[in-house]
Amino acid sequence: MRRGLLLFYFIIAVSLVFIFRLFYIQVVNEEYRISPLNNAAVRVNYDYPERGYVFDRNGILLAANQPSYDIMVIPREIKNLDTLELCSLVKIDKEEFIKKIEKSKIYSPYLPSVFLSQITKDEYAYIQEKMYKFKGFYIQSRSQREYMVNSASNVLGYISEVNDDLIQKNPYYQSGELIGTQGIEKQYEEILRGKKGMKFIQKDRFNREIGPYRDGLFDSLPEPGSDITLTIDIDLQQYGEKMMQHKRGGIVAIDPKTGEILALISMPTYNPNLMVGKERSKNSVKLFGDKFSMPMYDRSLLAQYPPGSPFKIVNALVGLQEGVITPETSFYCYHGYQYGSGAKAFMACHCGVVNYPIKLEMAIYKSCNSYFANTYKRIIDKYKSPSKGIDAWSKHLNSFGLGDFLGYDLPIGRKGHIPTSAYYNKNYKNGNWRSTATISNAIGQGEVLTTPIQLANLTATIANRGYYYTPHILKKITDKPFTDFNQKKVTTIDSKHFDPIIDGMFQVFEIGTARYSRMETIQMCGKTGTAENFKRINGRKVQFEDHSIFIAFAPKDDPKIAIAIFVENGGFGSTIAAPIASLMIEKYLTGEVLRTWMEQGMIDKSLEYQYQKQLFSLTSFEKATK
Amino acid sequence: MRKQRNNIFYGADLILILLYISLILLGLLNIYSVSSTSANFDAFSLSSRFGTQLLWIAVSIPIVIFVFFLEARIYERFATLFYLFILVVLAGLFVFGKNINGATSWYSFGAFNLQPSEFAKAITALALAKIINESQFDLRKFHSQWKVFLIVLLPAILIALQPDPGSSLVYLAFFFVFYREGLPWYYIFFGMFAVILFILTMIFGKAIMLISLIILTLISSLYIRFIKMRKFKKFGFDLLVVLLFSSVFVLSVDHIFNYVFEQHHRDRFMVILGKTSDTKGIGYNTDQSVLTIGSGGLIGKGFMYGDRTRGKFVPEQDTDYIFSTIGEEWGFVGTSVVVIIFTAFLLRILYLAEKQKNKFSRVYGYCVASIFFLHFMINIGMVIGLLPTIGIPLPFFSYGGSAFLGFTILLFIFIKLDANKVYEW
Repeated sequence: MRRGLLLFYFIIAVSLVFIFRLFYIQVVNEEYRISPLNNAAVRVNYDYPERGYVFDRNGILLAANQPSYDIMVIPREIKNLDTLELCSLVKIDKEEFIKKIEKSKIYSPYLPSVFLSQITKDEYAYIQEKMYKFKGFYIQSRSQREYMVNSASNVLGYISEVNDDLIQKNPYYQSGELIGTQGIEKQYEEILRGKKGMKFIQKDRFNREIGPYRDGLFDSLPEPGSDITLTIDIDLQQYGEKMMQHKRGGIVAIDPKTGEILALISMPTYNPNLMVGKERSKNSVKLFGDKFSMPMYDRSLLAQYPPGSPFKIVNALVGLQEGVITPETSFYCYHGYQYGSGAKAFMACHCGVVNYPIKLEMAIYKSCNSYFANTYKRIIDKYKSPSKGIDAWSKHLNSFGLGDFLGYDLPIGRKGHIPTSAYYNKNYKNGNWRSTATISNAIGQGEVLTTPIQLANLTATIANRGYYYTPHILKKITDKPFTDFNQKKVTTIDSKHFDPIIDGMFQVFEIGTARYSRMETIQMCGKTGTAENFKRINGRKVQFEDHSIFIAFAPKDDPKIAIAIFVENGGFGSTIAAPIASLMIEKYLTGEVLRTWMEQGMIDKSLEYQYQKQLFSLTSFEKATK
Repeated sequence: MRKQRNNIFYGADLILILLYISLILLGLLNIYSVSSTSANFDAFSLSSRFGTQLLWIAVSIPIVIFVFFLEARIYERFATLFYLFILVVLAGLFVFGKNINGATSWYSFGAFNLQPSEFAKAITALALAKIINESQFDLRKFHSQWKVFLIVLLPAILIALQPDPGSSLVYLAFFFVFYREGLPWYYIFFGMFAVILFILTMIFGKAIMLISLIILTLISSLYIRFIKMRKFKKFGFDLLVVLLFSSVFVLSVDHIFNYVFEQHHRDRFMVILGKTSDTKGIGYNTDQSVLTIGSGGLIGKGFMYGDRTRGKFVPEQDTDYIFSTIGEEWGFVGTSVVVIIFTAFLLRILYLAEKQKNKFSRVYGYCVASIFFLHFMINIGMVIGLLPTIGIPLPFFSYGGSAFLGFTILLFIFIKLDANKVYEW
C-alpha cells in the first residue's frame, strides 16, 4: 500500500498545479483578460454620425460638415505589403511610412488606428480603387467640419484628434477619432457629435469576417448629433471684429434681460477653417507659436486686466448700500487725493473740477479719482478694522460675479481678482495695513483684476438695476430652448441705489468723457476707463501706452445690450473703446450704422505701431542679452 | 444469489459510472460548441462532429453491455491472445494503414477510421496484469523485469514508428504500475533524475550543471560523514559512480538533443523552456490556447459565446485542445470543476484498484488509473502551456471515436472486474 501512494500523490500534485496555473491565467493575470468586444476575434466597425450644425441666434449657419476620408491601418493584419507602391500612392516617403506604422503599433497591433488622416475627395477616388491590394489598410469615411464664416473662431473653437490621455480616461474615443477641443465644439461635444454606431464582427484566425458577433447583440445604430443655435449675433460679431482690426483686445456684448452673449470678440483672431483638414497641424503650430500677438488666446475670456475707471461705479454702489455716501454727498478735488503724508501718498486726478463740490453724478461723468478715493476710504473705515472693511467690500463685489468664475458655458475662463483681507495679510506682515494702503482699488487699479466678460456682466447687472443672468452662449438645442441659465442672480445692492448711478453714466455720453460718441436717437449709458500698463523687461518695469476700456448699455430705460470693450494700448477710453461700443450698440439696435465717418475712423485706426514698439523693445532686449 | 448472477451489472461501481457519465456530458457540451462554428452545422447529422460523437457514444452502449456480459475470468484467460492480436494489428498498419496528418495510425472502413493504438492500451494493461499475476512472478528480480519491459515496449515502439510519439509516450504510465508491484525504486529515481538533469542542462548549460553536480556530491558526502555518522568508504564509492554517470549524461545532452530527437520535438521543447519564443509558428498553438483560456476570466463568456472559439483561433480545438474551449466559455469555474471531476475519477479508480482482492484486477485497475492520469496530465499540461506540445486526447472530452471507445472499454473492463470481486474469495 505504501507504494500505491506514489500515484496518489502524483494525481493530487498535478491537479493542484493545474488549478493554480488556471487561476493564474484566468483570474490573476490581467494580460490575458481582454474584453470579448475588444480583441483579435471581434472587430468593431464604427459608423460615425454627422456632427450637429451650429447656427447663430438669427438662424445663420455657422458650422456645417464636409466629407473626409482617413486611411486606417491594423498593423497585425498587414500582409505582403508593397511598401513602395503604397508610399507612392498616398504620396509619403518611406521614413514617414515607417514612423506612422511604428506609432500605430505602439497604440495597438490589433486595433485600427489612423494611418493618414483627411485625404481629399479627389485623392480618395483613386486611392480607393487600389486599396484592395493593401491588406491591413482600409478607408474610413468621416465627416469633417466646415465653418461657413471667417469669424467667431474663439466661440466656435475647433476639433482635433483625441490624445492618448483622453482615450485612457474616456472609453468612448478610439485613437484617431475627433473631439471638440475648444469653444462650443468642446463645451457641447456630446450634443454635437451624437453617438457613433457600432457593429461587432466575428473574425476567424485568418482575419476573415465570418458574420456578426453574437448575432448583433451589442451592435448599435448611430445617433445623429443635434444642431445647436447660439446666442451669438453673427452680424454684430463680425462688425465688432471689423472695428477691432489692427487692434488687440476683447469685446463682450450681453443681452441683460437674458444673459445671452451677443458677441464675444477676441482680437487678433484667425480663420476657423485653418484648424480643419490636412493643413491643420501646420497651421496649428503657426497659430499657437505666435507668442506675441497670440491669436489662439481668447482675450474676451482669459485676459485679466485692471478694470480702471468703470470700477468706480461699483465702489459708488457699495458706498450707497453701506450708507457712507448719498447721491448728494460731495467732495472737493485738489487735482488729486492726498491719502497720506509725503509727496508719494498722492493720487492724481484729471477731472479738472477744482474748488467746486463734486457730487456723485458729476463724479461719474467726470471720472473723478478723488471722489471715489474718499468713498472707498469711508467704506473700509466704516468697519472696526481694515480687514473687516475689505471683506465686507469684496463680498459686495463678489455678488456681481467678480473675483470668481462666472459659470458661463464655455470651456475656458479666469477668476479675475478681488482682494480680501487674507490677501493683504499675506503681503503685509502682522496685518499692518490700513485702508489707504489699498486705495488704488477705489479707481480699479491696484490689486483688482477683471476679464472682459466679467466687466460685461457687471454692465448688464447695472443695466438691470441689481441682478443678472449668468452669461451663456447656447440658445437652443435643435428646436428646444436652452433653459439652464434662466435663474436670476441678485446682487447685495438694493435696486434703488442704481438710478443715480445710471444717471451719471447717462451723462457720460451727454456731457462727460464719452460725449463724442453720443447718439441722438439712442439713450446710452457708459463709463470710460484707462488702465496703466506695464511690462517687465529685463527685470525693469517699462510702461507702455494705457489700455483703453469702456463699458456701456442702451437704451437707458429698457436695456437691450450691455457691452464691455478692452483695447490693449488703446490710450484713453474715449478715443477707441467708447466709439466702438457706441457703433456696436447702434448696429445691434438699429441694424445699420449711419455714422459712417466714425465707423471708417475706427476701421482705419491701427495700433500696430504700438505693438511693434513693444516687440521691438522685447527683441532688442533679447539681442542685447545674446 | 442467483438473481444477482442474472443481473450482469450487479456490483458495478455507481460512483465511477456517474463520474464517467458527467465527463461524457461535459465533453459533448464543448464538442457541440466547437463544432457549431462550422458552416451548415446540423447537430444530429453525421456531417457534424457533434453528431458523429453522439453516434460513437451510442455505439459504446452495446459494447459496454458486451463487456459486462463476458465472464470476468475471460479477460485474464485470453489476455495473451488479445495481446498477440493487437501486435499483429499494429504491425499491419505499416502495410494496410491509412495516413492521416502524417501518421499511419488508422485502418479505414469506408466512412470510419479506427485507430488501433487506442485499444492497445487496454490490451497491454490486460497482458501486464496477467503476467504480474503469475505465481512465480517477482518484479524485484531481473528475470521478471525484462518480461514486463518487453510487453510495454513492443506496442510502444510499433506506435512510435507510425510515427505517433505522443501515443507511445502514454506507455510511460505503466511505470507507476511496476513501481506499485515491486519494481525497485531506483529505476524510477534514475529515470526521473535523468529527465530533470536533461531539462536543467538545457536551461543552464553544461558548465553550471557540472559544477553544481560536484558541489552537490561534496555536500552529500559531508552530510553522510558528519551528520549521519555513517562509514564514508561504503557510500563514497556510490556517490562517485553517480557523479561520474551524471557528468557523462550532462555532457551528452547536446548530442541526445540534436541527434535523437527530431526538429519539431526540439522546437516544442525550446518554446516551453522559454529559450525561443515564436508566437507565429510552433508556439502558435500553445500561445493561442493559453490566450483563449485566459480570456475566459473567472466565469467565462458563456456557452457558445466564446468568440475565440467561434473564430477558430486555436487549432484542433475539438480534439487535443478541447480544454481551451472549456476555459474560454466556462472560465475558471468551468476548468476547475473539470479538473476536480477528473481528479475524483482518477482517485476513485485508484481506490477501487487498491481494494481488489485479486492481483490481476488490482494490477489492471492500477494500469487504468495510470493511463487516464497520463492523458490528463499531458493533455491539460500542454493546453495550459506547462508541457511541450504532445498530441494526445483528453479522455471523454476530445472528439474521436477510437479514443472514446478505447477509453470506455479500458474503463468498463475494470468496472466489470471490480463488480466481480464479490464472487472471489
